[in-house]
Amino acid sequence: MTTAAIPHAHPATTTGLDHRKVAIWTFIGSECMLFASLISTYLIYKGRSVVGPWPHDVCNPPVCAVHMKAILNIPVTSISTFVLLMSSLTMVLALAAVENRGKRGYEGLLGNSKLWLLSTAILGTTFLGFQAYEFTSFVHEGLTIRTNLFGSTFFTLTGFHGAHVTAGVLWLLTLFAIDVKRGLQPKDALLVDISALYWHFVDVVWVAIFTLVYLIH
Amino acid sequence: MEDHLTHTNPDTDLHAMGEMHEHPTWKQYKWVALILTILTVLEVWVYYTPLQNTPLFTPVLLILSVIKFAIVVMFYMHLKYDHRLFRALFTGPLAVAIITLISLLFLFGAFSVQRK
Repeated sequence: MTTAAIPHAHPATTTGLDHRKVAIWTFIGSECMLFASLISTYLIYKGRSVVGPWPHDVCNPPVCAVHMKAILNIPVTSISTFVLLMSSLTMVLALAAVENRGKRGYEGLLGNSKLWLLSTAILGTTFLGFQAYEFTSFVHEGLTIRTNLFGSTFFTLTGFHGAHVTAGVLWLLTLFAIDVKRGLQPKDALLVDISALYWHFVDVVWVAIFTLVYLIH
Repeated sequence: MEDHLTHTNPDTDLHAMGEMHEHPTWKQYKWVALILTILTVLEVWVYYTPLQNTPLFTPVLLILSVIKFAIVVMFYMHLKYDHRLFRALFTGPLAVAIITLISLLFLFGAFSVQRK
């Protein structure tokens, strides 16, 4: 398999690894615990709401007199999931552009780190837009964080994830501003690498949420 | 006077420290994105097929999700190519998190409740 070797310079450490990268992986490990607790709370309370709205179709005539419609909008969420997956692609391209700046094959579009960083931030913001639309439509349909167990656990879980995406977008915009101001060089690759790891983690958390919350019923 | 560092190969040292790691190329990233898109389409397709009324529905979706998760972590997060300490820092807490999640589901009887 053809791959590109990436050297990272940093001060000497006891592990031989850059502390910043060790720190981000440790942070991501702790975030696994956080989201596991939020997901498990959602799953434990799933199906225990006494009043609606409910996430999925629960009962249709003639079994029940009234049709209890599912509140989750799978087509819209599928599009937002696709948007977030594509943002991971633009993120790796941003990292590759910074790491390989000036190298052969990275002179044109592929080497334009500003474009890829901004694209990632825009895709992240689009995902947040979808989430804002979803939250607003739920509130209009009578589901708030106080309505039932589904509302409480759903808004807490997806709200926390949305907050992480927001933090990621701000981080990306900061890197974009640095890139515009002085240009990110291969020596700055670790800065982009760390933000990329955070961004991809936010993406994989959504991969789990999409399946466990939206699709499985 | 000759410095002792001049006798070492910088590339070899970086490899030893896990700092000289290899990343996939643009073409590989493109393939990864395509595979992730196909898997997402497959997930949504499964949701709308009669498969959703069979016992296979949940396992199929979980398997597809795990594959997507692993692909992103291995290729986009470069865990396949990075130092094993990073792998341990991620997979250790992830394993604890999954075990905790499953234990809590059993503890609170989530598998025995009538679903709504």
